[in-house]
This record gives sequence, C-alpha cells and structure tokens, in this order.
Amino acid sequence: MSGLKELYREVILDHNRSPRNFGEIENADRVVNGVNPLCGDKMTLYLKLDGDRIGDARFEGTGCAISIASSSLMTERVKGSTIEESLDLFNDVRDMLTGARDPDDRMEKLAVLAGVREFPSRVKCASLAWHALKSALTSDKREISTE
Amino acid sequence: MSLEARSRPARKADADVARLREDFPALAQKIDGKPLAYLDNAASAQCPRSVLDAIIEQQGMNHANVHRGVHRLAERATAAYEAARDKVAAFVNASREEIVFTRGTTDSINLVAASLGGSLLKPGDEILVSGMEHHSNIVPWQLIAARTGARLVPVPITPAGELDLEAFERALSDKTRILALTHVSNALGTVNPVKALTEKAQAAGALVVLDGAQAVPHFPVDVRDIGCDFYAFSGHKMFAGTGIGALYGRAALLDRMPPYQGGGEMILTVAFDSSTYNVLPYKFEAGTPNITGAVALGAAIDYLSRLDREAVAAYENELLAYATDRLLAIPALRIIGTAREKVGVASFVIDGIHAHDLGTIVNDESVAIRTGHHCAMPVMDFFGVAATARASLAFYNNGEDVDRLILGLEKARELFE
Repeated sequence: MSGLKELYREVILDHNRSPRNFGEIENADRVVNGVNPLCGDKMTLYLKLDGDRIGDARFEGTGCAISIASSSLMTERVKGSTIEESLDLFNDVRDMLTGARDPDDRMEKLAVLAGVREFPSRVKCASLAWHALKSALTSDKREISTE
Repeated sequence: MSLEARSRPARKADADVARLREDFPALAQKIDGKPLAYLDNAASAQCPRSVLDAIIEQQGMNHANVHRGVHRLAERATAAYEAARDKVAAFVNASREEIVFTRGTTDSINLVAASLGGSLLKPGDEILVSGMEHHSNIVPWQLIAARTGARLVPVPITPAGELDLEAFERALSDKTRILALTHVSNALGTVNPVKALTEKAQAAGALVVLDGAQAVPHFPVDVRDIGCDFYAFSGHKMFAGTGIGALYGRAALLDRMPPYQGGGEMILTVAFDSSTYNVLPYKFEAGTPNITGAVALGAAIDYLSRLDREAVAAYENELLAYATDRLLAIPALRIIGTAREKVGVASFVIDGIHAHDLGTIVNDESVAIRTGHHCAMPVMDFFGVAATARASLAFYNNGEDVDRLILGLEKARELFE
C-alpha cells in the first residue's frame, strides 16, 4: 500500500477533484492536442504568450487522476514562467518521472508526481501534459502522442 | 436485478474448481505476499501444466522443421504439428484441410480480408460489421475497402450492448458481400446469435466471417452447426501460448481463394515464370509455422476436452452473476454491457474514478483486471466513456477472486472519497 499512497498523494487527489486552469483559452497562441493511445486519455493544452513568457495556460480533457493532476499542476506552475524556464522544467520533470533524477526543492509541488516511478505503466499518464507543453513551445505540431 | 448478492457458487463446484486451479502454476503464485486473483482472461488466459509440458517436450526433444526432413526429429515434429491440426479440426467440428494455422485471430481475419476481399470485392460492395467489434475485425476490412472501393457499413448496437437486429435486417442488401461479426464481444461479453445472423446474411448472398476469440474459451463451438464461412480464434485466450491461432474456412471457398502470403511450404512447384500452389490448408501457410505454438494449442484442446464443458459454462455463468451482483452493490458503479446472453465479462465504470486508477489500485491487492478501451474504441464512444475496467472470467476463477476484486474497488472508493 505504501507505493499506492505515494502515487495517490493528497495533492494529486485534490488536483484531480478540482483541476486548476481547466477550460479553454479563446484566442490562444498555442493549442496542442495530446493523446495516450494505450488508454484513450485525451488533453488539449492552450497557451497565451506574453512576449517570451507564458501569460496563461489552461487545459481540457479526460483522463485518470494522475493525468488530470499532472496537467493541473503543470499549468499552475508554468503560468508566468519564461519559455526557456518552462523548457528547462520540462527536462527536469521528464528526468524525475523516468527516474533519471530524484525530486529536489526546485520541483516544489511537482515532486508528488515522482510517485509514478514505481508504476511503469503509469509514467505516460503523468508525462502527457508535459509533452504537450514542450510541443506547444517548440514546434508547430498540434497533435502529440505518448507513443 | 436484485441488489442483494446471490450466494457464491455452490460448494461442490468450489471443490472442483480448487482441483482445476492446481493445474495452473501461475494461479498458485503470490505477488507482494498476496495470492494472485487473475481476472484478465479475455486479454490472455493462463496455461495449464499439461500445455507447459507439451511446449517443453516439443521444443526440447522434437524440435525440427516440418514437412521436409527425412530424419526422426523432423518426422516427430511433423506428426505433432499435424496431430494438433486434427485436434483443432475436431474442436470446432471441421475437417483438417479447413484449418489453417495462423498467428492468431487478427492474422486469421487479415488472411480472409486480403485473400477473399481482394478477389471478391468491387466498388459499391458492402462489408457489414457490428458496432461491438474489436479493432481486429474493423481495420482489416477498412484496408481492403480502401483498396477495392467497397464500403464498410457498421450495424449499431443497443444500450444493453446487443446487436440492433432491426438495423441489421435493414443494413442487409444485395450489395452485402461480407458480414464480419464477433461471436462474443471482448468489451461487453455479449453473445451474438450467430447461427440466425449467418443464415440471414447468407440468404442475402453474403459470406460470413466470425471472430470467435472470446467464444472458444467459454463454450463448445460447432462451425457446421453455425453454418458460417470462416471462423477465427486465438490460442492464448484458450489456455495455450501467444502467436498461434487458427482459421476455419469452408474448403470450397479456401480452394478458390488466392494465397495470402507467398513463400516456402505453400507451393508445389516454383519457376520464374509461375508457381503452383500447395493443397489445402498448406496453400495458406507460407514459411515455417509456429510448430511449438500449434502443439501447445493441441494440448490446450486436450485439456478442455477432458472437462465437462457444459458444466464449466454453467459454473462461469453462475460466477459472472455473482460478480455482477457484488459489483452493482458498489455505489456509483455502472455495468457497461447488460446483454441477456453474456459470457465471461463484467465491464464497468465508477463515477469519479477513472478506470486506470481502479486498475492500479486493485493491482495493489494482486488483482489483475484490464482497464482501457479494450481495442474497441467504437464501443467506448457508443457508451460515452473513455475507458472501462473489465473483469473477465475463466473456469478456474472462484468466488474469492471476485471478493478480492470487490475489496480492491472498495479501497479505491475510500482513497478517492
């Protein structure tokens, strides 16, 4: 049960119950649709840019608690960050989810996502939102997939 | 339906099942200290020891290529492979030249679609499929439709998860060339009235291809009685290994159909200007086959043949009724697929908890279920859900397996409260 408690920390359950920044941004500068074809999870990420900063970030979609909480935490965290900071954060989160590095203070609340490391089949649930973020900031691709 | 749980299946059956469980080494294991409750049989079922022994003997002592060598091992391998074909033929009441070994149901359906579709279909022809098909009985037909100009026509299902029979009758026409239908739905458990539907489709001039992957593990199948033209199934869902399956095809049809793949084994003579093809069923078995897989499938059929299959089916239905009652006692749980004729599958959703979270949480109790779209996205779309959790039964499951699932689901509800 300890692994399960690590996975479903209160922060995750809370963000799943009441996702932050849930909804569409009209006139978004970037819109990316992400899917996890293995489980059918879908999310759409909307970004409003303000110079080289992310002025607003919102998302819509359906998915498991891990996927919804990760999207919610991601949008909460990157709002107001520069594009460069957000891309650095993407790398750090990816490394944390895959076990290449341990969560540190910089991760703040995002450290709760590290619980997926004991559940290999659930890593993609946590990473979908972050891949959507990277794609929104670096390419013209509007559809991404975890596969 | 009463919310009051029926009692667990009778004690006599419990004792029989306890004995059968001893035949399956996988079921005796503990995971993280908890006994495994394996409820993912519709995805892949466990092998009895007799199948494992057959694999070791074939691969260990009789390993050689088939139909070629003159040495003793080659003779043994050929005899074992062809004996397996006889077992498969008897298992579905076909003759041996009508049984083609394939990689599995998907491969079997692709064989029919590519060979028959390519030679039969022309623009404007229609291929009927049901709204409850597995992707493996949709996509091969889409591919052949795109190549030939034929049209794929889905027949809708009802809110109970049964085929809409009136819509089926309306969809049948003189344009219908093929009916591709599942015998039992993997996502819903629905048993289709395949004999009656086959009769209707054939009366309209169509050929009938049935996906039997989820039927053969649960009840006896007689392709002559059904009257279908093709019947496909997989070894690993009926207690053998992966990568082996079979296609039954009516001999007269198989004989007229062009080969699916070319290579060794499927030819009689080869010259650069033309080749002549081997007789049935070898015309459809290009390359060295999965010999050990076929032998294991034969061993699984031997195992099933030693059971009283009518009694097994009755026991499974009783266990499914028990599982359904206990599931329905969980608040906010909805069963997806409530057909009158159902086997083996309880698909469900719980409001507010995604199927994947359910799967992970019950896994913590060493309960194995499937979560997701079950390779049946049109079914998920029809019911307006992204995914379901699915507990699927085999004859070796018991009331305790179901009780442990319920315990896991109750933990999920506590966690997500």
